[in-house]
Amino acid sequence: MVLDIRSVRKTFQDPSGPVDVLRDVSLSLTAGEAVALTGESGSGKSTLMHIAAGLDQADAGQVFVQGTDLTTLPERALADVRRTQIALVFQQFNLIPSLDVAANIRFQAALAGRTDPDYQAHLVSALGLGGQLHKYPENLSGGQQQRVAIARALAAKPALLLADEPTGNLDEATAQAVMDEMLALVAQTDAAFLMVTHSPAMAQRLGRQVHLRSGVVSGS
Amino acid sequence: MNVKLCLLLIFLPWAAVAQGFSGLGSQADGFAVPAPNPQFDFPADHAAHPDYRIEWWYLTANLQDAAGQAYGLQWTLFRTALAPGDEVGWGSPQVWFAHAAVTTPHRHFATERFARGGIGQAGVQAAPFRAWIDEWSLAGPNFDHLTVQAQGPDFAYDMQLTAQGPLVFHGQQGFSVKSAQGQASYYYSQPFFDIAGQLVLPDGPVQVTGQAWLDREWSSQPLADSQTGWDWFSLAFDSGDKMMGFQLRDTRGGTFSSATWITADGTTTPFVDGAFVADPLDSHTVAGRDVPVRWRVQLPAKGVDVTVQALNPDAWMDLSIPYWEGPVLVDGSHTGQGYLEMTGYD
Amino acid sequence: MMGMCLRALMSHWRRNGAQVLALVAGLAMATALWCGVQAINAEARASYDAAAGVLGEGQFDQLVPRDGDRIALADYVALRRAGWQVSPMVDHREGSVRIIGIDPLTAPPGLGGVLALSGPGQGVTARARAGVFVHPRTRDSLQVQLPVTADPAVPPGIAIGDIQAVQRLAGDDHLSRLIVLPTQPLRQGELQKVAPTLLLLKARQTADIAQLTDSFHLNLTAFGLLSFVVGLFIVHSTIGLAFEQRRSMVRTLRSLGVPLATVLGAMAAEMAAFALVGGGLGVALGYLIAAALLPDVAATLDGLYGAQVSGALQIRPQWWASGLALAVGGTAVAMAGHMIQTARMPLLASARPRAWVMASARQAQVRVGLGLALMAAAGLLAARGQGLMAGFALLGCMLVGGALLFPILAGWGVAWASARSKSAMAAWFWADTRQQLPGLSLALMALLLAVSANVGVATMVSSFRVTFVDFLDQRLAADLYVQVDTAQQSAALDQYLQTRGAEVLPLARTEASLAGQRVEVWGIRVGQTYRDNWVFLDATDRAWDTVQAGQGVILNEQLARRQNLWVGSTLRLTGLPTLPVLAVVGDYGNPNGQVIVGEGLFHSAFPNTPALQFGARTATPSALAADLIRDLGIDENAMVDQAALKGLSLDIFERTFLVTGALNVLTLGVAGFAMLMSLLTLADLRLPQLAPVWAMGQTRRCLGGLELGRALVLAVAVFLCALPLGLGLAWVLLSVVNVAAFGWKLPMFLFWDEYARLALYTVLAAALAALWPVRRLMSLPPATLVKVFSNER
Repeated sequence: MVLDIRSVRKTFQDPSGPVDVLRDVSLSLTAGEAVALTGESGSGKSTLMHIAAGLDQADAGQVFVQGTDLTTLPERALADVRRTQIALVFQQFNLIPSLDVAANIRFQAALAGRTDPDYQAHLVSALGLGGQLHKYPENLSGGQQQRVAIARALAAKPALLLADEPTGNLDEATAQAVMDEMLALVAQTDAAFLMVTHSPAMAQRLGRQVHLRSGVVSGS
Repeated sequence: MNVKLCLLLIFLPWAAVAQGFSGLGSQADGFAVPAPNPQFDFPADHAAHPDYRIEWWYLTANLQDAAGQAYGLQWTLFRTALAPGDEVGWGSPQVWFAHAAVTTPHRHFATERFARGGIGQAGVQAAPFRAWIDEWSLAGPNFDHLTVQAQGPDFAYDMQLTAQGPLVFHGQQGFSVKSAQGQASYYYSQPFFDIAGQLVLPDGPVQVTGQAWLDREWSSQPLADSQTGWDWFSLAFDSGDKMMGFQLRDTRGGTFSSATWITADGTTTPFVDGAFVADPLDSHTVAGRDVPVRWRVQLPAKGVDVTVQALNPDAWMDLSIPYWEGPVLVDGSHTGQGYLEMTGYD
Repeated sequence: MMGMCLRALMSHWRRNGAQVLALVAGLAMATALWCGVQAINAEARASYDAAAGVLGEGQFDQLVPRDGDRIALADYVALRRAGWQVSPMVDHREGSVRIIGIDPLTAPPGLGGVLALSGPGQGVTARARAGVFVHPRTRDSLQVQLPVTADPAVPPGIAIGDIQAVQRLAGDDHLSRLIVLPTQPLRQGELQKVAPTLLLLKARQTADIAQLTDSFHLNLTAFGLLSFVVGLFIVHSTIGLAFEQRRSMVRTLRSLGVPLATVLGAMAAEMAAFALVGGGLGVALGYLIAAALLPDVAATLDGLYGAQVSGALQIRPQWWASGLALAVGGTAVAMAGHMIQTARMPLLASARPRAWVMASARQAQVRVGLGLALMAAAGLLAARGQGLMAGFALLGCMLVGGALLFPILAGWGVAWASARSKSAMAAWFWADTRQQLPGLSLALMALLLAVSANVGVATMVSSFRVTFVDFLDQRLAADLYVQVDTAQQSAALDQYLQTRGAEVLPLARTEASLAGQRVEVWGIRVGQTYRDNWVFLDATDRAWDTVQAGQGVILNEQLARRQNLWVGSTLRLTGLPTLPVLAVVGDYGNPNGQVIVGEGLFHSAFPNTPALQFGARTATPSALAADLIRDLGIDENAMVDQAALKGLSLDIFERTFLVTGALNVLTLGVAGFAMLMSLLTLADLRLPQLAPVWAMGQTRRCLGGLELGRALVLAVAVFLCALPLGLGLAWVLLSVVNVAAFGWKLPMFLFWDEYARLALYTVLAAALAALWPVRRLMSLPPATLVKVFSNER
């Protein structure tokens, strides 16, 4: 089990009172499994993603990544897990603006200690980034930026790849293309892949779909 | 270098080498030069000889208080001349300086004075004998009956000296050769003083008695260029015999030695280079320098093979011209006590 | 990981060269200002210390004669033989050079103790023994029949030689004074018995040359404080910018699994590197500033106080260390807040770039609270505080408090203008200005401080000058001054001038000692000129008549304050009868005490001291001078006409403040630079605000004009606030700091034309700062503006 979420609860304080975003969520992914997480806006998809990524803490329940319970870890150990086990592709591309494309792609792999130039070259060619390597993020289109983010995430060879609306900021055609490339690349890895999407069509392309509603998951 | 030091160097040319007495000029530069077979004229020769470059009145004493505690005492007046001769006023080429020290087994007090000649601040007269600098003095009706006093910021002493024997002359009747090249000085001593008086130390006054040794020496070119320092021993054995011995070290590690054997009645036997041997056994770090404070001293001709050990290894004279000087204890073929002076340890 | 993190952080700078420039230049300039001040201060102080060391003043107890100025050799020897560790000194003067004879054998180690510059005395010869040592700069002004050795270790203006050589030069075999060494033996004779004619003077805390020169340092130190604060603002704002721009990068790094501690460590290391580079550059720059200004400082001190400063600048550890410490410390202080912010920054906060400068409302509240507290403290210090430290604290509280309150005041002003704006464009202008205020506040504060400092220092300097000119009018009332050398010439000149029908003002002067301090005694011929021109701080009726009759004295303010002798007191001075104090006269800038007596009394008290200086009232000074040359054979160089003398005095005085002025301009420049950087930063962030206005039909040129206008409006606002703050600063300098340092209070005058000029400079600095960003805006490709709409990043 790469990711094992057990009975996670999360409550936010709102001016109108406490809001139970996640009430009792359990979800697990094994290596090589691809799961789509759907739900309406405000259903708690992103919150669940953040908790799975160790960016946010659950109020109750447990989150295991590769057998390590993230809910009990101190900040530094959490950072270690993020660095070595997890990769993120979010709606905002979160590239480092002052590093060029090549450096951005190398960056996380180097942090994780898994630099593999051949694999990186493969990613670059598969994502069609060959001509962009020495450009800076601000000079790339949105689709290209997201391709860089995908390449960066995969280059680190994570056990767990989390994607939160990775194509949400892209136009329809580009979104389709990026999604195709990403799924193809993910399929070549052994990573557990959890993707948040609001698009049922996109969700259908992954092996399993779970739906988040009123803070509880349901799904296949 | 500041201006004061600059001016000071003019007055104390040898201080520039910062090597104690060893930097003494080897050229006579118009000064009178010691000659063999001297005819001393006393009491006149107890006074200063301004035509010679350098001269000293050098008193050391081994003392004891009523409880048997050992002490050492030093009183030295030096004269050095920038040019031969003297004149009245600030223009005098004569420069005086003096060192005084008291050594206990655990403490060492030392202080110094400086004075220009020609203005009355320091000088030596023969009869009645009087050697003084500032308020320090070594004086008496004659050379056999003297009082000595000196003080510093933290100690003082007032002592009476009574000679119990004759003057003794080193080398050839007082002509003491200092190197193979022939550098020499006039050198005689009064090693038979009984001494008694009071030391004023931070813990209070102490009444002491003991034996004192007064050296008189003057010259114009006592050291060769290659000589870096000396080790001088004055030892009083319990047998009643005394021995003065010194070795001058040179830059190549060699030595030039000389010694005088003095019997209880004042009969002297001089020994030329090589007869007297002093080998360092242990050294001690004081004021950042390694100084030998335990020696094997031999004068085979007199059956002397003794260990000479400093009473207080920290008897460092931390003055304008730094050197080591302090009381020593003697053990081995002979027992006794004495004084050791070591210069040129840098 | 640290290295990776550092590389990522540093990549920001590669892409933002202007920020690197801002940070390094800001640090360098702040450090340079500080270093420049420190260097000048340290250099001048070192020279004084050397002088004081040589003179043995302030440092050692001294034995001086109770009467006269001579000590017999016998007294010296008697003291030495009684156990007194004393060292003789002979004072002699040749022209402008003070020659000191010492006995190097007995002189204390600190005497003549200046830094070693030459090696061991191999070259020291008997020739040197017979001569004197002088500073290379003084060498030419010393004309003596002795070998002269140049040695930079000797303070300028002084020659040191062996006592014998100096005695020969003076033609006298007496000693002037005896230095008492700090270490004395256990027992010594009683001074009263050994040398009853000598008086023991305790080491003075303040040597006389130090008294006035210290005030000059104070001026500079106050200025150093100001430049420090201005510098800190700049460093703070630049670092704030860099941190804020990298917020999203920090978040990305952390989401990629870099621990917070590593990020913070990398940032600290990076900033330390910048601080060292900027600080190092600043030190070098400060050295150049100081080197450029130092000749003036040297000339200033030389001219004003007769205390010469070595023209050669040495790199002293005090000031480069303090400069680097400022750079690193200032960076650390500026960084600390941002580090804490970064540490507390939630990982998941919106990644939208926030305008870094849009400080939160809470921060603004804290700032106002702090500002008010500082102002209150300033009020308290003004009312209760005493002494120099309180004066400085008051200065600091007032300045920083004022600066902190400025954004609020400016906000009110903009709101007020906004409420009164008629056109839509005007309304937008004010609204936009208001939005920009927080972003510019740090730069504006720095500008405010710089302008306040300028106003304050200008007021102080000019007030000083007005007072000084009045004082010169009083002291240089005659039209022609003539200097003679002998009593014979004195009598002849007196007679000649009287036959010419001129009012003659002979001046005889000598020196005396009062309570161990040197006092000048002046004998004057009371006449109409004195009655008309001298302004007394306090006087009895008919003071001049009584002085003329030889039945009283006039003191200068310095002596009056020092000895607490005022009108109604009596003066007991060796050589003079005991006389009442009739008046106290203001005598600015003179460190010495003065006793002024009538001519008759002076000559009966000091029969051997003729009047050697004469003033003459004449309508035709140059004609009279020509006659004197022809009829009496008086050297032309011995005559000065009043206007020239006054001009010379003013010239010397002006130079004192030249340095202050130069540093002032630099401060303003640094503040302008801070503003430039803030504007450049805002320019990028403001695109989304400007683009809609542009889209609605305003030209880029118009927008640029408005931007420039805004900078000018803000500069005017800064000036309006800086004026009262600066006047407050001047008041503190004149009424608190000056009293503590100089011992007298200066009247404060206002100089509106100076302020107008400063207003112009302020606006100019702001305009220059705005020019680049405005030009950039005007030449912005429309596509960039369009992008704002297409890409809502």
